[in-house]
Amino acid sequence: MSKTATATYIDFADVRVNKNLVLSITESSKTVDQIKSAEKVSHIIFTILTYAFIIALALIVIFPFYWMIITSLKTYNEITQENQTFFPSVVMWSNYVYVFQHFNFFVYMKNTIIVAIFSTIGTLLTTIFAAFAFSRLQFKGREALFMVFLATMMIPGEMMVISNYITVASFGWITSSTHTQTITEAYAAMIVPFWVSVFHIYLLRQNFKQIPNELYLAAKVDGKSDWSYLWKVMVPLAAPTLISISILKFMGTWNSYVWPNLVTELPQYRLISNGLRESSFQNADLGTIEYGYQMAASILVTVPLFLLFVFFRKYIMKGVGRAGIKG
Amino acid sequence: MGIELLSFLKGKKKKQASNKGSGLMTLEPEKVPVYTPGLQADGTVVRLVSNRKIKKPYRVSGIDDVASKNNWKAWLYLAPVIILVTIFLLYPLINTIFISFTKNYNYTTGKYDGFTLENFGIILHMIPYKSSAGEAWETSFTSNAIPNTFIITFVTVPVSIFLALIISVALNSIKAFQRFLQTVFFLPYVTNSIAIGMVFSVLFDDAGLINYIFGLQHAGPNGGPMQWIYNTPTAIAMIPLCLFIVWNSIPFKILILLSGLQGIDKQYYQAAQIDAAPKWKVFGRITVPLLSPQILYLMITSFIGAFKEYNSIVSIFGKKGETMAGQKNMYTIVFYVYDNISANTSFAAAAAVFLFIIILVFTFIQFWASSKRVHY
Repeated sequence: MSKTATATYIDFADVRVNKNLVLSITESSKTVDQIKSAEKVSHIIFTILTYAFIIALALIVIFPFYWMIITSLKTYNEITQENQTFFPSVVMWSNYVYVFQHFNFFVYMKNTIIVAIFSTIGTLLTTIFAAFAFSRLQFKGREALFMVFLATMMIPGEMMVISNYITVASFGWITSSTHTQTITEAYAAMIVPFWVSVFHIYLLRQNFKQIPNELYLAAKVDGKSDWSYLWKVMVPLAAPTLISISILKFMGTWNSYVWPNLVTELPQYRLISNGLRESSFQNADLGTIEYGYQMAASILVTVPLFLLFVFFRKYIMKGVGRAGIKG
Repeated sequence: MGIELLSFLKGKKKKQASNKGSGLMTLEPEKVPVYTPGLQADGTVVRLVSNRKIKKPYRVSGIDDVASKNNWKAWLYLAPVIILVTIFLLYPLINTIFISFTKNYNYTTGKYDGFTLENFGIILHMIPYKSSAGEAWETSFTSNAIPNTFIITFVTVPVSIFLALIISVALNSIKAFQRFLQTVFFLPYVTNSIAIGMVFSVLFDDAGLINYIFGLQHAGPNGGPMQWIYNTPTAIAMIPLCLFIVWNSIPFKILILLSGLQGIDKQYYQAAQIDAAPKWKVFGRITVPLLSPQILYLMITSFIGAFKEYNSIVSIFGKKGETMAGQKNMYTIVFYVYDNISANTSFAAAAAVFLFIIILVFTFIQFWASSKRVHY
């Protein structure tokens, strides 16, 4: 190997060679500076194109929100005229007044908040207990049981809806020939089936597992029971995850449409999504939909979620993003 | 280990063994003969050595010894979840499969007329539905629900994943305003889908913005405006629907892909830069393969999600799920299930089982197809 190497390399220390050697680095007749500046230009152009692309798409993404806002402030005639306007010529705040008078926003809001609070509390409790048992306690069949739980995530919820409807009916929570649903029963039917979320158990278990064993050992030395260790150490340490779970649960209730629609008898027992879909805002004389009112109601439904997002952006994006972490 | 042996010699072993869950290792007392260390009367020297069997490792550190081994306590913590999972997840699964094989299941009384396979045949348009009123064919499942579901799935899933991939790569390559733009792209996630679906139906209205911008105000039937939502065939109504679904599903995908992108080692890109690899090659040879776990995850979850599309249809086309009165032409499989829950519970159950099987098959196909292409 060394023989071939000596044959090919240039000994720069050799004076005889150096005399005749001219080292020139050229690339397609451009100097290094020219290449550098060309690269810089192409980089700038590429960055500009990237920004243009992203900003164009971002505008498309937020455009429906913009359209919702300006439509809610337009008159009916302006909404349906041939030449669409991108800003209301007459700002109609009265659309909102009408909506507050005719759309039972506060009734739906109250129902949604009650259902959200109670289903969140229930979910948090069951999730904390189960995650604690799965992450800290020893018992036979722990891994097997956890696998069964994880497997249930594969089942589409629609499989359950039919039987859950029958189950809830058998609890007497749904209007039947002999029974009329009360508002408490309507709430119960909307809350209790959602007291368990396998995904959240999985999420919290991962979080609990990260808490170092030393804390548990220290608590044991101090004579703490499992119960007080769970509430005084683990729950406070996992607070960010618990906040994420609560917010996602609240958003879920705010968006839930199918189940409340199935299990409630009267419109005033239903949740905000149902209320929005069912309020037709039809013009009594013409039978046409009053889009201005409809959009104003849509805004009322969207704004609370937006406020939630503004205040808890970190928790929401973390909680949602956690779903994609492999393993 | 010396400590344990010493404590044993001092006679404390018994106390520790009885102290359940205290966590210190246990030695079987009868196997350790009692010697006082040092020179014995018979001239032998006794040293403190362990006669522990090697097969049984010490387990003095770690949670296993300290964690409560009280089984009943663990089950107490799990009781609420197990009860709820059994009532609202496992029992319904079995019960739905059961109902799908019963004839004329009545959901209020729980009565049925024996077992049959007919439900699947009826909803799949293979045999007529016999009732007291005579024979009838159940058509909305095969002619509307199944094709619509498949169109929605195979249009929206690839389009939204592809778009999300491009957007997240672009987002990842910029520095200024990255967080802000990321938040903007996340906005559709935090909305009420019913409310935004209504906005889409306003945008695609006869006198809506889409017709105005694209000059379609006289492109519809009889020289009227283009009809996207009312009195229009399914193929046209699919356009606003698919656009809405893509719009609605992109934020989640961007979030997942972006967090995946940020986890990719920069050295791959530096190596590509040294080799002067063109950008599209870097995208195809480095970015996509390294993102393959996230892409697989998104493929599986969004396939499942698209198969279950329901809310988006209700929000754009209303509760009846049709563009033409009485046609049920925007039905999806899930729409069919919900529509038949109380009237034809057996059919609804059969359709739900059908959906379950489709989802299982597709998930397994994706796992199988990806087993060689996903790099963990």
